[in-house]
Amino acid sequence: MIKKSILLAAVATVGVAGVAEARDQIRIVGSSTVYPFTTVVAETFGKKTGMPTPVVESTGSGGGFKLFCAGLGVEHPDFTNASRAIKSSEVETCASNGVEAVTELKVGYDGIVMANAKSAPSLELTKTQIYLALAKDVPQDGEWVANPYTKWSDIDASLPDAEIEVLGPPPTSGTRDAFLELVMEPGCESFAECEGLEKADFKARAFTLREDGRFIEAGENDNLIVQKLEANPAALGIFGFSFLDQNMDKVQGTVIEGEAPTFENIASGAYPVSRPLFVYVKTAHMGVIPGMEAFLQEYTDEAAWGPEGYLSDKGLIPMPDAERAEYRDAALNKVDNIN
Amino acid sequence: MTAESGTKSPTERMRATLRRRYAAERRFQAYGIVAIVVALSMLVTLFVTIIGNGAGAFVQHTARLDISVYPQDIDPGREADLDALARANYQSLVNDALYSMFPEATSRQDRRAVRDLISPGAKFVIRDMVMDDPSLIGQRVSVRVPLSSQYDQVLKGNVDPAVDFRVMRESSTEIPWSLPEGERLISDTQAGYLQQLIRQGEVEGSFNRWFFTNGDSRQPELAGIWGAAVGSMFTLMVTLLLSFPIGVSAAIYLEEFAPKNRLTDIIEVNINNLAAVPSIVFGLLGLAVFLQFFGLPRSAPLVGGLVLTLMTLPTIIIASRAALKSVPPSIREAALGVGASKLQCIVHHVLPLAMPGMLTGTIIGMAQALGETAPLLMIGMVAFVVDVPGSPLDPSTVLPVQIYLWADSPERAFTERTSAAIMCLLGFLILMNAVAVLLRKRFERRW
Repeated sequence: MIKKSILLAAVATVGVAGVAEARDQIRIVGSSTVYPFTTVVAETFGKKTGMPTPVVESTGSGGGFKLFCAGLGVEHPDFTNASRAIKSSEVETCASNGVEAVTELKVGYDGIVMANAKSAPSLELTKTQIYLALAKDVPQDGEWVANPYTKWSDIDASLPDAEIEVLGPPPTSGTRDAFLELVMEPGCESFAECEGLEKADFKARAFTLREDGRFIEAGENDNLIVQKLEANPAALGIFGFSFLDQNMDKVQGTVIEGEAPTFENIASGAYPVSRPLFVYVKTAHMGVIPGMEAFLQEYTDEAAWGPEGYLSDKGLIPMPDAERAEYRDAALNKVDNIN
Repeated sequence: MTAESGTKSPTERMRATLRRRYAAERRFQAYGIVAIVVALSMLVTLFVTIIGNGAGAFVQHTARLDISVYPQDIDPGREADLDALARANYQSLVNDALYSMFPEATSRQDRRAVRDLISPGAKFVIRDMVMDDPSLIGQRVSVRVPLSSQYDQVLKGNVDPAVDFRVMRESSTEIPWSLPEGERLISDTQAGYLQQLIRQGEVEGSFNRWFFTNGDSRQPELAGIWGAAVGSMFTLMVTLLLSFPIGVSAAIYLEEFAPKNRLTDIIEVNINNLAAVPSIVFGLLGLAVFLQFFGLPRSAPLVGGLVLTLMTLPTIIIASRAALKSVPPSIREAALGVGASKLQCIVHHVLPLAMPGMLTGTIIGMAQALGETAPLLMIGMVAFVVDVPGSPLDPSTVLPVQIYLWADSPERAFTERTSAAIMCLLGFLILMNAVAVLLRKRFERRW
């Protein structure tokens, strides 16, 4: 029996030498925010065309670009999802590894919401107030002081007399990056003290969240944040719009700058905290890996990313008509639009 | 000698110490019982929550649709060509059946609400049926198709505790929602259509076979664990085929043949240390060696199995060496005494006696490997894979990864599926451990 299993193992190991040559299945890596949308498209594509369903890995935007830019050939992925645009350093890495032609496909928008439990009163905040509630140091009379605010009413008398307690994503998360950029940065800019700071100093001031237990890193799992909000009505949470959409019987979105986080408000651009989501296409693989064109067609189909499409059912906010047409053309004509 | 007050006789002193010793023993026993009660209550809480959350996933509400399989829709040429049949538009058949059940839904929005009642997977149920039996074309067939997960959740009482299937069927006028419309996940119009469908007697909850036969899906009502279970099976098969022979051979050599010197001491210490290395490290090693150096495919159970082999080897070697050590020297001496060679002595006498212990160690190592996700993250097995893998080289995922991915999904219905998948994984683990216990009980010999 032992002899037999050794033999089998040896055969198995030898048998795989040189298997990496052919691949008939699309491989996609990248952002966990875009993952729920790309996977739906992948599944629909697979069921519609009868081709192997693309394999979608959730590696985070940065991890996705690292794999995507590692080179050409079947061992490297064909698409990468990203919840931010590609950085120039990543474009360089790509180019130095031979990945020169890349098409950027914007697929839609994602809102980042703040929300609290239904059992608590709903909040209306401005970016400045959020900045004052969450920054590690805040400007006061020309000086930077450690954040003194413990209650929302300390920041503005019109806000409720409740402890500041915010659950949010950890620094590895793209949602956190976008939140810092879209809320904390303009929040800081509303103060004279932030003006004229060096770029690095500004980042340190605007992007450092308080560490005294009032901002709590709650992990990457947004479902967990929703559960914690339900259990603790005093807390606010920061997460993606799709989780608000799926749990609107448990939590309510906070109105930011006078706009409620609704599908319509995010689509029209009125809600201020939203970011574009992207899929990057390795155009050199088109024609080599079967099905890439058909996959792009499925993604850019009105039935998928249109206002009534199945991606909007999953919480992706569609782009305006003109923008959709522009990106569809770019993707289907392999336009290299990142350089 | 008279006993003075304050001093005690030797008997009394002895009684006092005896009492103290008994009391100490009772206290110690009480601590032990408390520890067991705490551990058990945690286990019970875990099982109760998981079973409570997950039991619902084994039931799926389905609706019966009368589908007219129009040839003009799916097979205009009447040639029953399987390729054409696979690509045909089955959604229109589903839509026609639904619209004829709800003739009053004419506006675009109403029709959308009606279409939403049924899972988008319904068309594939019908496609598979027609492709299995093309003679159905042109006939009227009655099919059970899954309800959309959001409505399924409503009927299970997971959306609003006050509303479930029975309430929906029996409440004639007002459905007792605990939240006003606009704040709940289902609107009055949608609820109305659902209620109408129930009243027509077309909805029933039945065993959710899709959960056990499908691969992953982004539609909770179609998502199943079969793909992940097969992936786990392939991965464990590779792990077992490699780690058992290698582990046992290493243990035999180290225990029976290797000279006792500085070098073997170092090897022994290192094996013990390897058993305590965090598993993610093995994943990084796998990425560097198997993927980047040998160029094996990403996400393949073969690579997963190789990585988990590295992880389980120390466990197996340590357990096997302990099993070999426990075989009494008299057995070896007797074998050598009647003229057996060292190899004969080991293969014919020592190994059979040590085998139950080795198998127990192996099974426990396998059970650990079954529950791992961290090392698989680096080699791309944390992925959305719909197709059920057909070989250890096809992309696949494993059960604990499936649980992780579902736990992170926004759709409400994935909550219960997560728990149900945990139940299945726990079932496998309990089964494997039970086999280990059984083997030990049956074959273990004591001297």
